[in-house]
Amino acid sequence: MSRPNGWEVVIGLETHVQLSTRSKIFSGASTVFGAEPNRQACAVDMALPGVLPVMNAAAVDKAITFGLAIGAHIAPRSIFARKNYFYPDLPKGYQISQFEIPVVQGGTITIQVGEGEKAYAKNVELTRAHLEEDAGKSLHEDFHGMSGIDLNRAGTPLLEIVTEPVMTSSAEAVAYARALHALVMWIGICDGNMQEGSFRCDANVSVRRPGEPLGTRREIKNLNSFRFLQQAIDCEIRWQIEQVEDGHSIQQATVLFDPDSGETRMMRSKEEAHDYRYFPDPDLPPLVIEPARIEQVRATMPELPAAMQARFGADFGLSAYDAAQLTASLGTARYFESVVAAAGAAQAKAAANWVMGEVAARLNREEKSIADSPVSPQQLAGVLARVADSTISNNIARKVFEALWNGEGESADAVIEAQGLKQVTDASAIEPIIDEVLAANPQSVAEFKAGKEKAFNALVGQVMKASRGKASPAQVNELLRKKLGG
Amino acid sequence: MSATVASLAADLAAGKASALELATDALARAQASTLNAFITLDAERTLAEARAADASRAAGKAGPITGIPFAQKDIFCAEGWRTTAGSKMLGDFIAPYDATVVARGKTAGLVTIGRANMDEFAMGSSNENSAFGAVKNPWDTTRVPGGSSGGSAAAVAAGIVPAATGTDTGGSIRQPASFCGITGIKPTYGVVSRYGMIAYASSLDQGGPMARTAQDCALLLNAMAGFDERDATSLQREPEDYTRDLEKPLDGLRVGVPRGWLGDGVSADVRAAVESGLAQLEKLGAKRVEIDLPYSQYAIAAYYVIAPAEASSNLSRYDGVRYGHRAAEYKDLADMYAKSRAEGFGPEVRRRILVGTYVLSAGYYDAYYLKAQQVRRKVAEDFAAAFKVCDVIAGPVAPTVAYKLGEKTADPVQMYLGDVYTTLVNLAGLPALSAPCGFGEGGMPVGLHLVGNYFAEARLLNVAHRLQQVTDHHLKAPGGAA
Repeated sequence: MSRPNGWEVVIGLETHVQLSTRSKIFSGASTVFGAEPNRQACAVDMALPGVLPVMNAAAVDKAITFGLAIGAHIAPRSIFARKNYFYPDLPKGYQISQFEIPVVQGGTITIQVGEGEKAYAKNVELTRAHLEEDAGKSLHEDFHGMSGIDLNRAGTPLLEIVTEPVMTSSAEAVAYARALHALVMWIGICDGNMQEGSFRCDANVSVRRPGEPLGTRREIKNLNSFRFLQQAIDCEIRWQIEQVEDGHSIQQATVLFDPDSGETRMMRSKEEAHDYRYFPDPDLPPLVIEPARIEQVRATMPELPAAMQARFGADFGLSAYDAAQLTASLGTARYFESVVAAAGAAQAKAAANWVMGEVAARLNREEKSIADSPVSPQQLAGVLARVADSTISNNIARKVFEALWNGEGESADAVIEAQGLKQVTDASAIEPIIDEVLAANPQSVAEFKAGKEKAFNALVGQVMKASRGKASPAQVNELLRKKLGG
Repeated sequence: MSATVASLAADLAAGKASALELATDALARAQASTLNAFITLDAERTLAEARAADASRAAGKAGPITGIPFAQKDIFCAEGWRTTAGSKMLGDFIAPYDATVVARGKTAGLVTIGRANMDEFAMGSSNENSAFGAVKNPWDTTRVPGGSSGGSAAAVAAGIVPAATGTDTGGSIRQPASFCGITGIKPTYGVVSRYGMIAYASSLDQGGPMARTAQDCALLLNAMAGFDERDATSLQREPEDYTRDLEKPLDGLRVGVPRGWLGDGVSADVRAAVESGLAQLEKLGAKRVEIDLPYSQYAIAAYYVIAPAEASSNLSRYDGVRYGHRAAEYKDLADMYAKSRAEGFGPEVRRRILVGTYVLSAGYYDAYYLKAQQVRRKVAEDFAAAFKVCDVIAGPVAPTVAYKLGEKTADPVQMYLGDVYTTLVNLAGLPALSAPCGFGEGGMPVGLHLVGNYFAEARLLNVAHRLQQVTDHHLKAPGGAA
């Protein structure tokens, strides 16, 4: 999609990340989502006459955290400015934001695009990230010809993260958005909840012929799912190419994506663009960040996913794919590390398979996060140990896991003991079972002897079933072949 | 003469008067007054505050000014009080919270007699821009009291109350103090919290006390000043006792007089009164030195760019959406904004919003706002250089005595030019006061302008206090004008 019909696509993203502070960016009101309208708007949020903003230090620390995570420059002195425009859910008539001097400058996020053989890595350079306050919400339903205003969200701290125009397809844009989403949750600055608006993207899209200067861009506002982001960009690219190929020029504009029609529609043209009359906010002194504060924040940061992936590769011999899967979230990575710590590094590959396989599947089915997994890393390590010493087969291990998940035992050993799941390796115990199965399935025996290998597998299955899974499959294979061949 | 804060405080402490008696008397004077010094009187609230002050004294918890009646400029939000900022826009606004100055006044036990009239949103130099009518100068009721804290100044000068709060963005405490013959101090920017003080121009606004004497101002400033975590521009400093240096001798005090400040730009009567004040200071041991403030000539221009720019943004919140005036009928949202704001704001406020919007707009920002900020830095540098050779700067507050009501309303620029000696002080953020130094044309009072270095409030009050010990201009009261 990067060069549809000889066109080159240029995309830059601006992402509004809601910082997970307890109180608002310039007031003491709570930021918890979902309260009754206007119950979490204090005098400052409502912009009563005479009120003043005071900077929330926790929001600054989160901005510093992000800057460190992407290797950016943390401005020792940044400035809050007023962005002036009238809107009913903007109580002061201006938004406090950062304009000329943002707190985070530069930085890079590495993304993995695509899967399989076509997969590639790309560095996305960031322009900046700045602190600002969110606006309230206008509610247009239920008010019979009027609009309601809910200011609970007004003053919620945001970090607006802006990339350079370096992405060339919707796939790259989505890969970047996913990587950013994972990162901000990993470093604990955002809850990542896209339904509640904690993570929203604006996409700047333009097209050009290769080698030509940048085309005129249009900005698609407020995309709050990765799917919409992809659809909106693809539809915008199609529309822009059509326009230019039909001889029209692109006018700078702000557009909205309608997921129902799958189209973008104009919100305002360049002529209608606001003159925001930015100027430094006289109520807030410059934001000064001393080197000591940066070091303090650095000391509290978790190991970053990229570093962890490299370590998983070096220490445990995991593939890049496995390492990436295991570091999809900090919770998953921590769970995996705990399993390995309890089971030993030799079990790392098995632990990875379990965490990405059985554990992920169960969590997914029950819509649980890994932090709420009923099977603890120590319990899972116990299961792995019994597989490793051949006490149980992989199949039985899944049974044991299931039992642990359902709280039917304290540990793998307890479950194996209580349910008699220990693998049977005594040939004298297995041979009678085989004899019974052969006697009961003369047709399969005949088919096998006629050269149908499939029939052999059916017989193994029957034996395993009759042993209630406790027989060693390898041993069953061996004994069965001996009997049939003999 | 009318009672001072200090004399009433002594009476209260000695049990010769109660807060309730003082409040009742002051309220009666306020109700009888024809000066229009108050926008709102609320006897019930006033008397409740007075009773609380008496109760606190009875409980042995009285401070130095507990029970003192005062006028609160109608710009400080006070819970339960109508708080209008002199505007129709906030004509029905009952504040749901206390400004820090209000809370500190309550803690000190001050009793609010009423809400003092003011130019709308503190924009004006004559108090003629109030939506609640002009205030009359008690010395001559055909003249203006000055502005924007005109109601505060008139109420004190007329003896209705011994003290008042004011705010000073470009001279709004000092100029009415000068016009009404009282003492008023604008502290260093950041000394008095701006939280709950309705903003005009945030980087310039500063609250302060107005009273008959420098000593009274010091007593009040002790209550008003102090760090406030709710105001990010509030300065974190050790609390000060502003009365501590009142009696200090002035021997060797270097009084800087800016070259040109007593030249052609100032009327002869004002010049004579200021000269007599300077002569008094010399008699008290001060030395007069000439100083230069070369950029001061650009101060008014810079002020009338920066202040409207900030105001245009500060006043955006008055949109008729959440509180305040909303037009009765409108077609759509834009119409609601336009009508509500056109109806709610008076002409001077609209003018400054338009000017401010213009100077911040794309393509003009550098030429106006940025240039004005450069001037602002230069003005501050001028003062820094001056304070290397002098301890305080002295001169006139305004070029003339109080002018007639209606005399300058037709020509806003003429009105602005009256701020020639005051706005530069706000641009630099310095403390300054006006103290009576004589009388001029028509028997109208003249103030001596004293400007100090950062945090020199105690020094300024000391100089004014010593002057007031050897002069009696501040004790003279207008003839039966209240």
